[in-house]
Amino acid sequence: MRAKLMRAKLMSFAQMSFALGLGLGLAATTAQAAGTITDFELDNGMEVVVIEDTRAPVVVHMVWYRTGSADEPPGKSGIAHFLEHLMFKGTDDMDSGAFSKTVEANGGSDNAFTSTDYTAYFQRVAADRLGLMMEMEADRMRDLVLAPEEVATERDVILEERATRTDSEPRALFREAMRAALFRNSPYGVPIIGWRAEMEGLNEDDALAFYQRYYAPNNAILIVAGDVTPTEVRALAEAHYGPLAPTAGLGPRVRPQEPPTRAAHRLMMADERVAQPSLMRLYLAPARTSGAQEDAAALVFLSELLGGSSATSVLGQALQFDTNTAIYAGAGYSSVALDDSTFSLVVVPAEGVDLAQAEAALDAQLATFMKDGPDVEAFDRIKMQIRAREIFALDDVGDLAERYGRALTSGLTIEDVRAWPDVLQAVTPDDVMRVAQEVLDMRASVTGWLMPETGPESGPETGPETGEEGL
Amino acid sequence: MKHLAAILFFLVAALPARAEIEIQTLTSPGGLKAWLVEEHSIPFVALEIRFRGGTSLDAPGKRGAVNLMTALLEEGAADMDARAFATAREGLAARLRFNSNDDAISVSAQVLTENRGEAMALLRAALVEPRFDGDAIERVRGQVLSNLKNRATDPDALAADAFNAMAYGDHPYGSHDGGTLESVADLTRDDIVAAFESTVARDRVYISAVGDITPEELGALIDDLLGRLPDTGAPMPENVTFGASGGLTVTPFPSPQSTAQFGHAGIGIENPDFFAAYILNTIFGGSGFNSRLMEEVRKKRGLTYGIRTYLIDSDRSEAVIGGVSTVNERMAETIQVVRDEWARLATEGVSGEELAAAKTYLTGAYPLRFDGNAPIARILVGMQLDGRSPDYIKTRNAQIKAVTQDEINRVAAELYQPEALRFIVAGQPEGVESTD
Repeated sequence: MRAKLMRAKLMSFAQMSFALGLGLGLAATTAQAAGTITDFELDNGMEVVVIEDTRAPVVVHMVWYRTGSADEPPGKSGIAHFLEHLMFKGTDDMDSGAFSKTVEANGGSDNAFTSTDYTAYFQRVAADRLGLMMEMEADRMRDLVLAPEEVATERDVILEERATRTDSEPRALFREAMRAALFRNSPYGVPIIGWRAEMEGLNEDDALAFYQRYYAPNNAILIVAGDVTPTEVRALAEAHYGPLAPTAGLGPRVRPQEPPTRAAHRLMMADERVAQPSLMRLYLAPARTSGAQEDAAALVFLSELLGGSSATSVLGQALQFDTNTAIYAGAGYSSVALDDSTFSLVVVPAEGVDLAQAEAALDAQLATFMKDGPDVEAFDRIKMQIRAREIFALDDVGDLAERYGRALTSGLTIEDVRAWPDVLQAVTPDDVMRVAQEVLDMRASVTGWLMPETGPESGPETGPETGEEGL
Repeated sequence: MKHLAAILFFLVAALPARAEIEIQTLTSPGGLKAWLVEEHSIPFVALEIRFRGGTSLDAPGKRGAVNLMTALLEEGAADMDARAFATAREGLAARLRFNSNDDAISVSAQVLTENRGEAMALLRAALVEPRFDGDAIERVRGQVLSNLKNRATDPDALAADAFNAMAYGDHPYGSHDGGTLESVADLTRDDIVAAFESTVARDRVYISAVGDITPEELGALIDDLLGRLPDTGAPMPENVTFGASGGLTVTPFPSPQSTAQFGHAGIGIENPDFFAAYILNTIFGGSGFNSRLMEEVRKKRGLTYGIRTYLIDSDRSEAVIGGVSTVNERMAETIQVVRDEWARLATEGVSGEELAAAKTYLTGAYPLRFDGNAPIARILVGMQLDGRSPDYIKTRNAQIKAVTQDEINRVAAELYQPEALRFIVAGQPEGVESTD
């Protein structure tokens, strides 16, 4: 991922912006907000999605590859992300660095991002520049050229990225350790940026092997959002992407899965840079699957009910309002992943409350919730907010484009994306309690304590090193 | 290079000349001014309100009061305690956000047409009848103190705080506006009420709205929302000159990486040379991936993940600043590259190609910012704070294009002063010594 630093008096290099908001609420009364969505496929297997929004003469052009860090070969962690950086070097037709310079010279902006299941490249430009963007993006899909000395310098950049965003941030190191403990067999346990020792050994051969296999039209999704028609997009896409050869023999994305878990894991980490202790618990949880999104929808409600709003959620009320146990208590769930997802709980204890007390209070609230079930009025408020989210979403066509990109690279179809708001509205309190029973299972969990290096306020003794211990 | 220039000229001509939005300026029956863009295709409105002054209006010895007060606006109002307020807001699916910075308090609201009246009644309660209940104060104070503790071990925050202290001394710009552990611990309810009365008043308010609302509806809405606010608050803070001398200070901090913040005095937006300075900063370190500093520090040498510079045009002062992080062993080299590039910009200026490319980028990118009701509302309220007229959107690109190479290179020599550069480095950099 490349830095997009925010304008601020105080600069933080952790701040990244992937916000490519489009939308363009402009004056013409005939303007159409994001609404019509069309999809088709090119002869070489490239899938195309068009999201129309005529409010301003702008487009977002995105290419999403169905490959991410979880598709990396063993021992090559970080290669998916490293390749994403190298994609901004040259091709047989373009000089190194010319891609971004050309986008800028056309008044646009561009960037890319890598996740476990996808790698995506995008540009935001005036609508009449769409053809040029496609020409350049199609060129680098198959014709990347890497000079060894450029690869070596860029490897220093990704090592600096890891130093800035992970090694300098104890909370990031802690999250990395938590995921590694939760996903013991799935590649989701490996950080997207990579393990430092493996990153240091990555070279152009590794990058090109990954590139040649996965960067192909039959493994890519083109998403164009903004002031365009499907007819225009089809003509341009056929001209620029149509001639590209697909990769033969790309099979289904079958990756190692988590075995049944029977032992809760505990993790303790102390670091002198930690000022505020915190507690995190991760559970394995199902993600949305094609044609069967109901459990994931119920988990969205569970996360909102338990820890969505500080003032009204179960954990927020009990730990922040009724008692002064926590400065913050919340829950999180990500519904989109090709394999298993995670359900998370976080508690930041208040002054004078130790982590053992915070964890006991958390578990007591979970037990009460499992016995009493959700408050009906709270449930209805969440439903209202989810419905409103769809209205606000129409203001941001870039966000809609990302929804489709993430879904289509994570095993879902356009139909699934279209159905998702209705699936959410159909969730009942019983559904929520059913998934809560299944997911909030300590045997499939990792509980972690992050502490200042001065030692834990209570609980087992632990050394200063990052440690993991099973109980 | 004539060929390249010709291509670029063609591209400029072909880009959308400007954002085609129609701004209506209106004065409500009660005398409040607002800017509006009507956009009825989505059933919601984005409303942006700013109160000039912000955290710089903290009373002496009460650092952090405005920040804490602003965070408490959504923690209980009128007959609602914090929970009742949140329950009502969530039931309406209204998005209400309250923030503060050095120069303003900001209120952002996005509300559905179907329940706009109820949502605005809720917002009015927060702005006119906040409760500042004791239990809410203690709860939010705990969150602020936790943030302050985290800042004490964050090298970016350490570098920025030391830099601002050296640049601005006792002026509010010289200290973190969240306050200190001591000042926040000592704040009383009276201090919070005083901070509210100092900052939230009609004589310093700026309003914009974009979305599904007519001018008549908006006029009535803002009178209802803000009509009961007091006419005036505390006097605005004094201006302050960037006071740090050239040199380097190391703030020791245990980390594999060091973070540097650097800069010197700047230039204000009212200055006729501001556009030249803005283009210079874009070329030098402001434009993201293709700036000179990114080229030299990241792409050529792999010294960092990101380096960026900013023209800071705050209400009370101006500065040119930048920031970079790198491993401790390579900070000395990184600082030298920054110094060399700073000097090269001052002595050599920029090339005709660089100027042409920056103009094309800036003029082409400008209309792309107007991307949705919420961002347009933010732009419009920001323009009012900057003292711009609605016409600025149509003339801004022409002002960029009018900057000549002679002009920009004169400004480069005047603005960029390598000897005046002050570096603050937080970390354990090797071969880097404090000069003072």
